[in-house]
Amino acid sequence: MNKLTIDAKTENLHQIFQFLTTELEKIGCEKKTIRQCKLCAEEIFLNISSYAYHPETGLVNITMDTVGSPYPVKLVFSFSDEGKPFDPLSKESPDIDASLDERQIGGLGIFLVKTTMDHVSYEYRDGQNILTIEKNIGTKPKETI
Amino acid sequence: MNIVEIIENDKITVRISGEIDGSNVNEVETTLKASSEKSSNLVIDLKELEYISSAGLRVFLIIRKLTESAGHKMILKNVTEDVMEIFTVTGFVNLLTIEA
Repeated sequence: MNKLTIDAKTENLHQIFQFLTTELEKIGCEKKTIRQCKLCAEEIFLNISSYAYHPETGLVNITMDTVGSPYPVKLVFSFSDEGKPFDPLSKESPDIDASLDERQIGGLGIFLVKTTMDHVSYEYRDGQNILTIEKNIGTKPKETI
Repeated sequence: MNIVEIIENDKITVRISGEIDGSNVNEVETTLKASSEKSSNLVIDLKELEYISSAGLRVFLIIRKLTESAGHKMILKNVTEDVMEIFTVTGFVNLLTIEA
């Protein structure tokens, strides 16, 4: 398992991107998968940095695990914080068919996470918000040179 | 992320390349707002945009609403496949004017 603990501040976003990209490239993930994982990580991380500790700040723990050997078939990420209990999955999805006048600006981030990932779950345990996301990545072996 | 503004007689083109994410989105919003006030014809060229998150979508929606209420045009062109996928799943294809 690979782990990153970082202050929940927007300016740390690129450190998360770097962590994810390095780990995902190591196991030979496709560019598209890496982009999707970055997107979900951003949406979840910014949610935490904007709301969980507001107006204070605190830490976020990000873990990445793989399932399957020798070639991983599934990625499992968890994001945990010790902020206010909040289930982001309880928010209603935005109406993507709404007209320009009626279209709401919020709610798109978690919607993108739900759309892009294969499984998303939330729990509040031991004073922590824990969001777990899973992505199936198939069985393509890492290319060897 | 890099932004270039090209001012012509009848339009302003804003080229955004790289990645629009939560850490640089304020810059995108400020630039697009200013550009949209300078011309009634705003073209946003996304040929080299590789990544967009909901923070970027939010800005496009804000600018789209602003230009609409001012009676101005806002067109997105050269949208890459990766970015188009995000516009499609979020229904933004129906809110934005996208040209090839």
